[in-house]
Amino acid sequence: MLHIASIEKSFGAVQVLKKIDLEARQGEFLVLLGPSGCGKSTLLGIISGLESASSGDIIIDRQVVTDLEPKDRDIAMVFQSYALYPSMTVAENLRFGMKVRGVPREKQATAVAEVSRILHLEDLLDRKPAQLSGGQRQRVAMGRALVRHPKIFLFDEPLSNLDAQLRVEMRTELKKLHQRLNATIVYVTHDQVEAMTLATKVAVMNGGVLQQVGLPQEIYDRPSNTFVARFIGSPPMNLLPGVITDVSGMSGVRLGEADEATTLVTARSSAAAGVAAGTSVLLGVRPEAIQHEQDLAATRTNVIEVAIDIIEPTGSDQLAFFRIGGQEALARLKPQSCSPSDRLALRFPPEKLLLFDASSGALLV
Amino acid sequence: MTIAQSDASRPQRAARLRRVALRPDILTVLPSGLVLIVFVYGFILWSFVLSLTSSRIAPVYDFVGLQQYALLWANDRWIQSLLNLATFGIVFVTMATLVGLVQAVFIDQKIRAEGVIRTIYLYPMAISFIVTGTAWKWMLNPSLGLERLVRSWGWESFRFDWIVNPDMAIYTLAIAAIWQSSGFSMAIFLAALRGIDGEIIKAARIDGATTWQTFRSIILPLLRPAFFTAIIVQVALALRCFDLMVAMTGGGPGFASDLPTNFFYQFAFGRSRLGFAAASGIMIFVMVLAVMLPFIIWELRHERRRER
Amino acid sequence: MSVAVSADIPKLKSATAARRSKLVGRILTYGVLGFFILFYLLPLVVMILTSFKTMHDIETGTVLSLPNPPTIEPWTTAWSKACIGVECVGLHSFYRNTVIMAVPAVGISTLIGALNGYALTQLQFPYPRAVFGTILLGAFTPYQAVLIPLAKTLGHIGLAGSLAGLALVHSIYGIPFTTAFARSFFLSVPPELTKAAKVDGAGFFRIFVSIMLPISTPILVVSVIYQFTNIWNDFLFGAALTYGSQAPVMVALNNIVNTSTGERPYNVHMAAAILAALPTLVLYVFAGKYFIRGLTMGSVKG
Repeated sequence: MLHIASIEKSFGAVQVLKKIDLEARQGEFLVLLGPSGCGKSTLLGIISGLESASSGDIIIDRQVVTDLEPKDRDIAMVFQSYALYPSMTVAENLRFGMKVRGVPREKQATAVAEVSRILHLEDLLDRKPAQLSGGQRQRVAMGRALVRHPKIFLFDEPLSNLDAQLRVEMRTELKKLHQRLNATIVYVTHDQVEAMTLATKVAVMNGGVLQQVGLPQEIYDRPSNTFVARFIGSPPMNLLPGVITDVSGMSGVRLGEADEATTLVTARSSAAAGVAAGTSVLLGVRPEAIQHEQDLAATRTNVIEVAIDIIEPTGSDQLAFFRIGGQEALARLKPQSCSPSDRLALRFPPEKLLLFDASSGALLV
Repeated sequence: MTIAQSDASRPQRAARLRRVALRPDILTVLPSGLVLIVFVYGFILWSFVLSLTSSRIAPVYDFVGLQQYALLWANDRWIQSLLNLATFGIVFVTMATLVGLVQAVFIDQKIRAEGVIRTIYLYPMAISFIVTGTAWKWMLNPSLGLERLVRSWGWESFRFDWIVNPDMAIYTLAIAAIWQSSGFSMAIFLAALRGIDGEIIKAARIDGATTWQTFRSIILPLLRPAFFTAIIVQVALALRCFDLMVAMTGGGPGFASDLPTNFFYQFAFGRSRLGFAAASGIMIFVMVLAVMLPFIIWELRHERRRER
Repeated sequence: MSVAVSADIPKLKSATAARRSKLVGRILTYGVLGFFILFYLLPLVVMILTSFKTMHDIETGTVLSLPNPPTIEPWTTAWSKACIGVECVGLHSFYRNTVIMAVPAVGISTLIGALNGYALTQLQFPYPRAVFGTILLGAFTPYQAVLIPLAKTLGHIGLAGSLAGLALVHSIYGIPFTTAFARSFFLSVPPELTKAAKVDGAGFFRIFVSIMLPISTPILVVSVIYQFTNIWNDFLFGAALTYGSQAPVMVALNNIVNTSTGERPYNVHMAAAILAALPTLVLYVFAGKYFIRGLTMGSVKG
């Protein structure tokens, strides 16, 4: 449905988007995820036609739309600040686009009725935006998009202005809407939780470059570089600098020096292409992957006794800061697993350990 | 499905350029821009050209170099008008700024009926200079005005015939101008005072500073931009002063309260010496430019910095 | 600011001393403010009193004495019989002149200014600040530098000495101000509003009329009030570019006051002055806050 073909964008001397190639099939929920300034909103602007690309093309439903105005691209957009027309009622807001396009009045009324039903806007139709709450305004903004029956919905950080509770509610609403309409959606956000919960495909961006594109679970399990590894997942993945050693034919990583040194074995064979013993790497392990080893009798691999520095109880978990190989790391444990200054046995399952190149940050497969 | 050629080819670029030129927003601003280019910059240029000619009743485009300017600067009346302008300007700007500052400081003291007071302080700005001049001319009438009033209160020897006194007439203009326009600097200072973070004052109080010390060392420096704005705008007002002078003194007695703007007007529309008058007009323009241009550049650059 | 050393901390005043100094402060504050109230109201009071007096009363009384007996004859004279040069027709026809001239001038300059302000801020105009600066400089030009060419041009296009010519002049020279007002307002309108409308398919003028104008009422009011006040109170353009019966009200007022021969009817002068000042004064009283916003915005942007 949507093809982003080698899109590049520069503002003067600054290149904001560097050769972006991306696709979204019909019914796909594509999330553009990245920190502020990564170019995701610019890319959305180019898809919508509100901004022009320096080079490259946008193809929607097999039609090249690169030189078309937004109104001719059959898209609809929901903005972060909702951008509802302040002097018009909700109903007039919904009808405006249709009025501009010369849709007959009866069809306007039907469309408005249908959309108000889906989004529960019936009671709000005569109110002005200033009289609505944040969540209501958000729904009207979505209604305005829905009423166009576009080929693609574009969302620009629509939930960022809502408070935490409302955000969770609206996220679910969005997911339901997506399933119900089988709509093709491109969604921009910096919130990786939103990305993980909503997306059928995630495109992680940084500095105008696509870092990784894939299913949410793929990106979580096998991030293609340290940026993605740390951007997805909260609290972020531990990245511990170390050196490759050989441990009985498997790649191991020695963390730290001298008497602080600890070696962890990975599930990667020494013979696998790429990394010789002695190479500097970053060992990646997610806090939630680290286990509290209760059964000290069973000698499993990668069980290390560590000293706990600080604990942060979150209610559902206990975040434990500890030192390993002379560096600080974080584990997510069950509540009340330990107290500060305890010594605890932690297991680092080899299959959950990832290796990244120390200089480029790329994942070593 | 083929993916189209990604590089912007020449015909594409030409089409885009054409689209820029015909954009409705550019087409909308264009007429205003063009009209102003003609009516402001074009006319100033035209006036300048005229000032290089010997035109009298009608424009004659014979270039005589800077002759008119030489005549201008040798003209006693012109010099007198400039001296008057300096006196008027200095007195007016200084006093109006001070009055505005004092008013703003006291209004900011959490007083009652602030709205009413502000309304009263500012209403003179809604009045024409002609009306102001007429009112003050009457009030300063030597035999029937304030002089007689104060005498009737018992002060028999009070004299207030400044308006017919060649040495003092210019000051009457300043008084009327202050009455009319000091509200402006009050508004500027009040807005600036209200923009000062109250916590700074509280911190000073904890540090033990007296009211006067706080005012002098903390508040006054923070008011620098307000001073700047108020002074610049008032200087521009003084340079433009014409209506007030016409209504109040007519430039008199003699040329004691004459101003460059009146000089221009009389020679342009009364004495029909177009080239000569144009020269004086350009001189007035240069004076205003010397004051306003740095101000505008500073303001716009400030805005860009604020946006960042 | 350095932290005060303990020896510098002023002695703790007793409660009554503190209260007394606060009282002194209050007296000083209200005293100064009261003085200025008298200062600003004095001329107005004098004008009103004088306008209701007979000439005999004026010559025997003082400017603050009450009219004895009060008369409205100066007012009727000012309105319909006062002499302007050789014609004695009073102020009323010049009043009408000015209204006829001011209304279109205010409307045109406000509308054009609003369009300019919108175009310069909402649509990625190329070099918006430079263009705006060029327009803005027009607000600061002393009219003496353009008056002679202006008069000549009006003559060439057949509008010399006419109200239409004056209206055109005021419209043109008002554009920098109205553009500045509108621009500062539209700068604060989120650009996403325009984007949403574009996605909805609205073009430049549709967005302006259906979306921007309805929300810009406050700034339109400021613009109208500022422009009307400036145009109504103008003297220079009126005196230079019109004559005789086509003059605006301030030119007429000045003529009444300054070209009387023989005994000057001060009471008529004052009545005429008040009449001339009335529209802008009334506008100020009812819409003062917009007026003030226009003042401070005209020079302190943002």
